[in-house]
Amino acid sequence: MHHGPVGWKSVAPSTRQRGLARWWKALRLSTLLSLSAAAPHSGYDDASPAVRAMQDDDGANPAMLWVAAGRALWDQPAGPAAQSCRTCHGPPESLRGAASRHPATLEARINWSRTIHQGAPTLPEEGEAMLSLAALVGLQSRGLPVAAERDSAVAAGEALFTARMGQLNLSCADCHDGLAGGRLGGARIPQGRVNAYPEYRLEWQGMGGLLRRIRNCMTGVRAEPFPAASAEMASLRAYLGWRTNGLPVETPGVRP
Amino acid sequence: MARILLNVPKQVRRGEAIEIKLLLSHPMETGQRRDETGTIVPRNIIREVTCTYGGAEVVRLDLFPAISANPFLHVAARAEASGDVVLTWTDDAGLTGMETAAVEVV
Repeated sequence: MHHGPVGWKSVAPSTRQRGLARWWKALRLSTLLSLSAAAPHSGYDDASPAVRAMQDDDGANPAMLWVAAGRALWDQPAGPAAQSCRTCHGPPESLRGAASRHPATLEARINWSRTIHQGAPTLPEEGEAMLSLAALVGLQSRGLPVAAERDSAVAAGEALFTARMGQLNLSCADCHDGLAGGRLGGARIPQGRVNAYPEYRLEWQGMGGLLRRIRNCMTGVRAEPFPAASAEMASLRAYLGWRTNGLPVETPGVRP
Repeated sequence: MARILLNVPKQVRRGEAIEIKLLLSHPMETGQRRDETGTIVPRNIIREVTCTYGGAEVVRLDLFPAISANPFLHVAARAEASGDVVLTWTDDAGLTGMETAAVEVV
């Protein structure tokens, strides 16, 4: 009785590696040729018609449940002076443009406002309350083109985006630039634009923010995810926001 | 928190069909999953959904596992008179929810 394929041991490892490298290079080259000219587009365009229909209809978009919860939180007093968001901002509609200018840092800004102005404790970024408020604020900018500023964090984030990481030794750019439009399993690889966060993902059966998405990607390439509060995570988010410039805000989006 | 979205047209002509769209916030736990300690997470799904329009029952649904979290349901009714569309649900844990929306026939 022998174990495994006969030919396996007869090929020198170096030859195998060279073969793999050639295959990988050819794959990347062909994909680059076919896709590099693809115009920037939203992950919406990579989603199936059924998922798109779900996002298009506010009566069918499950993220609207979080928006509704956000409306209730908007009026909920917090902090020693018992101020609500409405005390200073008025209706949520007054924040039109906030999400298009700060597409990737909405949660941090909401927490900043809570601590500085309300004197209230911060909300956990991935908690239902924060997701609800971020969905409500993001919705106000729907349709506005993303216009994030390019600052030093963006440059640092761009370097991280193109840096190889993890046991699979892949960078974000390898997939989201090089192989965008191709398929990973059953899903189409999106370009990594962040105009729909926080979004409802069918895979998650729930709402999630950009933080969760990045963590998923990083564990996917078997890298240790950047801690939520790290400078790396902040830079990567800032770059992703800037990278989305020009695309209309879709928050709250629906994705597969 | 607002956990039901009930979408109906506000105004409709007599005799026309209306779309009633229901979006319910619920984990719809199947009873098949295990938690970190290996114990089965008890089933908790919405068991029954009832929708009435002007007091008359439009639909009564018995739901079963393998329905996604936050289910979206969609039913049609004929608008004969102005009235309230009332949605109620009951889940395995005994929780109930109710939401009302008015439809005006013109």
